[in-house]
Amino acid sequence: MSENRKDIAIRVSGVKKRYRLGQIGGGTLQADLQSWWARVRGKEDPNTKIGEGERSHGKTFMALNGIDLSIYQGEAVGIIGSNGAGKSTLLKLLSKVTAPTEGEIDIYGRIASMLEVGTGFHPEMTGRENVYLNGAILGMTKEEIDAKMEKIIDFSEVREFIDTPVKRYSSGMFVKLAFSVAAHLDSEIMIMDEVLAVGDMAFQKKCLTKMREAAKQDGRTVLYVSHNMNTIRQLCDRCIVLDKGKVVFEGDTESAIKVYLHTDDDYENALFYNLDNRNHVSENGFSVVKMKSVQILEKEDVSFVNTESLKFRLIFDAYKKINGIGFRVTLMNSSFIPVATSYSNYLYFDEGKDLEGNIEMKLDSIREGEYYIALGFFDINTASLPYCNDFVSGAFKIKISKSPKNKQLFMWNNEHYGAYEIEPLSFNINVNVN
Amino acid sequence: MSEITSNYQKYHTHISSKHKWFDLKLNEVWRYKDLIWLFTKRTFVVTYKQTVLGPAWLFINPILTSLIYTFVFGGIAGMSTDGIPQIIFYLTSTAIWTFFASCVNNNATTFTLNASVFGKVYFPRLTTPISNILSSIIQFGIQFLLVLGVLIFFVCTGEVHPNWWAFSLIPVVLLHLGMMGMGFGIIVSSLTTKYRDLTVLITFGVQLWMYATPIVYPLSQLGDGTFKTLLMINPVTIPVEIFRYAVLGQGTINYVFLAMSWVFTIIVIVFGIMVFNKVERTFMDTV
Repeated sequence: MSENRKDIAIRVSGVKKRYRLGQIGGGTLQADLQSWWARVRGKEDPNTKIGEGERSHGKTFMALNGIDLSIYQGEAVGIIGSNGAGKSTLLKLLSKVTAPTEGEIDIYGRIASMLEVGTGFHPEMTGRENVYLNGAILGMTKEEIDAKMEKIIDFSEVREFIDTPVKRYSSGMFVKLAFSVAAHLDSEIMIMDEVLAVGDMAFQKKCLTKMREAAKQDGRTVLYVSHNMNTIRQLCDRCIVLDKGKVVFEGDTESAIKVYLHTDDDYENALFYNLDNRNHVSENGFSVVKMKSVQILEKEDVSFVNTESLKFRLIFDAYKKINGIGFRVTLMNSSFIPVATSYSNYLYFDEGKDLEGNIEMKLDSIREGEYYIALGFFDINTASLPYCNDFVSGAFKIKISKSPKNKQLFMWNNEHYGAYEIEPLSFNINVNVN
Repeated sequence: MSEITSNYQKYHTHISSKHKWFDLKLNEVWRYKDLIWLFTKRTFVVTYKQTVLGPAWLFINPILTSLIYTFVFGGIAGMSTDGIPQIIFYLTSTAIWTFFASCVNNNATTFTLNASVFGKVYFPRLTTPISNILSSIIQFGIQFLLVLGVLIFFVCTGEVHPNWWAFSLIPVVLLHLGMMGMGFGIIVSSLTTKYRDLTVLITFGVQLWMYATPIVYPLSQLGDGTFKTLLMINPVTIPVEIFRYAVLGQGTINYVFLAMSWVFTIIVIVFGIMVFNKVERTFMDTV
């Protein structure tokens, strides 16, 4: 790719974005005046929280810490990184929703940013009215929208309901209509933040095709953020990996995904894994249990055959007496897509530190491949949906190799056949006897 | 294809951490004029959908307010209306004050109310306050029809003698008050991104302001003391009096104070837009 200035669509140089942590200001004028008055008299600030001394005074957080990037015309670039890496902040800066703390950005061409679909949609207004409003918000003039109205309605697949208030729409219809507006903008640069995560598969595919066409045929530039590595693979020819507000990798998609998934360093063939530095998720906001470490048992390394069982010891804390909680183990493929799950009965245990759990899970019928293991304690809510109390995605990784048990009729390909082999099917041919 | 390639060269946006205070970015607002109009339309569609009486509320509100004023200020307090029938006096006053108050109040919440939209997509933020002013003008227009209807009745009975020629000044009065109201509104809305309690203060403040403006009483009632001078310094007073001069045929117009009011308005609106543009850059981080 040439460094010719003419080809550049976006140039980001030395961009930093600082956020202040915690409560910003006092929130009320009174509190700010109080703080100010206390400072004037040299007294202690009455609004300082206890235990929050000088160190955290004016504590800030660098969401982006010196980003330099060039995006070229006609490229489809993916931006990947774990939560909090700064992806969304970068997109917000590019779409002018907020301004950088330091640095400069030059954008050649018009930007259509879809940080969310259907921004500005009003539930009381009809689909058609909303198309006009949303189009105008995204920068189209009325004539431009008039000219494209038919195309937008066709693409959205909601023609029948176009004159119905959107509050009567299903969420799928809503998204389809909203995406259609955005997809028909005349802008040269398109920015998307996981907007494809919604909508049904067929529509997702249609959108991806539309995006790819925009980049490959029309020469538009696409910037796409997603956690779904499959869509990244389908759409992007180049990827940027962000971590802790910095660009850690820039290059072809496959290598970028490897870097992002830490396949190389973080999941070395160890038998002991400390879970403290992994990302813990708790869906109800607080956790009553916390997983601390995993020790794989009875093995020299992490390769298994599916006649074996995966045995490991889990060390965890319980912050209170547990009256029933489930535990599950999920196998995920290299794109972090779950492929199989096993779960325990309800468990009962007392409050305590460094509790020990010995887990055994059969690997029957799991075909060869490398699998990330997600662990989670879950509870079941009143609507009998499970929610995670403490969940770690990608706690460790195992390898399953070919097993003598499986018939080696052909090479098993996870991408095509999945991870699980069902018992051989029966196929009876009716011989026609005339 | 070639069109797209040339468009890359045609449009250039520069985003910098440094803010240019004196760039009011009005040309950009002009490019989004269709959006301003659509926002205005939305305000009406949304306000009156699923209400029984619909836009009739635009009539009912001022009638009820005027009746209450007639009862409280005219009846109980026995305040003078310069010999003008009370109901038309209060209708006129209410119409123009409602316009000004809505310019201030509706804009005072620009940032907090639109945070969800502003946080997701960029368009010139000034389009929102401008469309608020437009809807206020349209609402005023509808109320003014009511005023005209009642006015014609009193003209026929010979109780009111409007200065018909001065009706041409009404658009200027609206522009004047609209700009002032918007200026105040957006300054307050810029501050509310940090201090939420100002929203409460502003509704109360606007109410107080009404009593400091000759709305429920005519300016001529105040004699010639310092009190009257103070009231004339109030930048809303003279535009209100011009409006009354046109519709009711009576009003005190002082050119010195009129000029002062205009200077004040221009300062408020320019300063307001400057602060607004500054806050707009990063308000999503604090709101």
